[in-house]
Amino acid sequence: MFVTRRVLSSICHSENRQFISLLYSSKMFSSTTSTVGSTLFTLSESHTMLRQTCRDFAERELMPIAGDLDKKHQYPKEQIKKLGELGLLCVEVDENIGGSGLDTLAYAIAMEEISRGCASTGTIMSVNNVGPIMKYGNKNQINEFAAPFLNGDRVGCFALSEPGNGSDAGAASTVVTDKNGTHYVMNGTKSWITNGYESEATIVFATTDKSLKHKGISAFLIKKPIQGLTLGKKEDKLGIRATSTCNLIFDDCEIPKESLLGKKGDGFKIAMVTLDAGRIGIASQALGIAQAALDCAIDYATKRQVFGKSLTNIQTIQMKLADMEMRLQSARLLTWKAAALKMNGENYSKWAAMAKLSASECATFNSHQCMQILGGMGYVSDMPAERFYRDSRITEIYEGTSEIQRLVIAGNLLKEHGV
Amino acid sequence: MAIRILVGVKRAIDYAVKVQVKSDKSGVVTDGVKHSMNPFDEIAVEEAIRLKEKKVAQEVIAVSCGPQQCQETLRTALALGADRAVHVEVTGKDYEMLQPLAISKIIAAIAKKENVDLILLGKLAIDDDSNQTGQMVAGLLSWPQAMFASEIEIKDKKAEVTREIDGGADTVRVNLPAVITADLRLNQPRFANLPSIQKAKKKPLTKMTPSDLNVDIKPRQEYLSYEEPPKRQGGGKPLANVEELVSKLRQAGVV
Repeated sequence: MFVTRRVLSSICHSENRQFISLLYSSKMFSSTTSTVGSTLFTLSESHTMLRQTCRDFAERELMPIAGDLDKKHQYPKEQIKKLGELGLLCVEVDENIGGSGLDTLAYAIAMEEISRGCASTGTIMSVNNVGPIMKYGNKNQINEFAAPFLNGDRVGCFALSEPGNGSDAGAASTVVTDKNGTHYVMNGTKSWITNGYESEATIVFATTDKSLKHKGISAFLIKKPIQGLTLGKKEDKLGIRATSTCNLIFDDCEIPKESLLGKKGDGFKIAMVTLDAGRIGIASQALGIAQAALDCAIDYATKRQVFGKSLTNIQTIQMKLADMEMRLQSARLLTWKAAALKMNGENYSKWAAMAKLSASECATFNSHQCMQILGGMGYVSDMPAERFYRDSRITEIYEGTSEIQRLVIAGNLLKEHGV
Repeated sequence: MAIRILVGVKRAIDYAVKVQVKSDKSGVVTDGVKHSMNPFDEIAVEEAIRLKEKKVAQEVIAVSCGPQQCQETLRTALALGADRAVHVEVTGKDYEMLQPLAISKIIAAIAKKENVDLILLGKLAIDDDSNQTGQMVAGLLSWPQAMFASEIEIKDKKAEVTREIDGGADTVRVNLPAVITADLRLNQPRFANLPSIQKAKKKPLTKMTPSDLNVDIKPRQEYLSYEEPPKRQGGGKPLANVEELVSKLRQAGVV
């Protein structure tokens, strides 16, 4: 029933080659032509259709209930199922396994549009779209941990952070000991785990050999619920309140030998590769929130009358809108470039970090300015501005803090300069 | 014997757009304005796809008349589940003057050419609100018609259609081939999912012109001018209470 992989990838590749060659033709600044900018990021027909579909879905299914989900801290189970049916929970997963078989740009576009409707739903979508199982898993693991998690019936989660280390991911104090080669035993606590309550499986990073420091960390695939794993209380968060966030507490938890993802000691590398890709997703989420904030601000400013005219005619407001738009567009360009580089198999760490950093700071800036433009109305829950303000804040923290992003950027930049 | 369905889809100005009249009153601004599939046509497409899923239909063909951009609308229909698309190209001044009678002739010609059993259209398009095409297609083909459908059941080459009318609902039974137009409550259209959007690119889309179908699309009506509705006037001074409001309404003779 599905289009054969060869044909599909040739469609994707021919479009991508066009897209990427347009990208690279712009690099020749010395021979700058008037085509730089306007044709650089013209989306293909399928990307445009995808964007429209996701936008329609977000406007019809998510926007009307997002405020309610937030107030009630309610997981959007129905909406996640619908997202699954659309193929949005497995955007880049191969079609042969039942995924949507699309590219990273498609994922970025989808994430942005969904998050524009409801940031919490965007978070849940991003967690489920992490790719290490597809990249490092064997056939059995893909059948058990990927295939059943594609259509919205169930979601997974990603457990790296601990009470003792967030940015310092190499210091994983969750330990796994080998029991005579028959099974493993895991002890330790993972914190801030999104989908902690609803997920039916988790990827956990734990130390298998402390002496090797971060090279002694391995990744494990674990089904939930499982004997020896208890969930901590649901965190009471400032934003993205429709997601559940909690601790995963492993107490002599026995896990089968087959749980090991990749090879022993690969854990840190797997985590970093996953986070690089995840950054594009979170950058896109931040873009969605930023866009929603800008749309809300413009809508309000058009209607609100002060000093005998609408806010849009007042220069101080125009300055704000201009700043919001500029930051948004530049963050989007960085995000799409990061996606393009990843699609082309090139090193994209610096770009993903720049994308996530600029998009998240844009999200907080835009939602702050949106609230300012709305004035008192922005402060109450009748308007979504206050929710954007609260939702945006996490984007500067998770998937690598802004400080870590700057370290990644500087590190890569200096390496490029041979330092 | 599974039937074959022809669905008409029109590329119309998106419902959310604030339509503006051109300064020379010759029409509305369409350049750079967001267009999308007419919502009632989305409902018609959804019904056709559901009939295919129920195995009542074996093929769904989407047709659209207009400039190159209509192909986007057709691709959406393909992504929703249509099997083939036909683009009847009409451009420039011809397109500006394209009227329901011409569309009806085109659709009738294609229905005959493709030998379909059912034509599903939206009850009207939200740009011109004409509500004529379905009826005229049936007239041109001398086929039975059932308009404003809120429920359709097809069995043994007959369609039982519940129609929404001013007084409530009316159920008719028509023999196929027939023309049915979709009303708002017929169904809730689906979203195209990601794999279908990819698959849609491989589905056949044929292009033709009205002259290929021997159809004369010469307009029969001339549009003299387009104007905005008169600006609403304020009612008067603010009133103290409901009783005053009611008495003022009575004085104005509106109650």
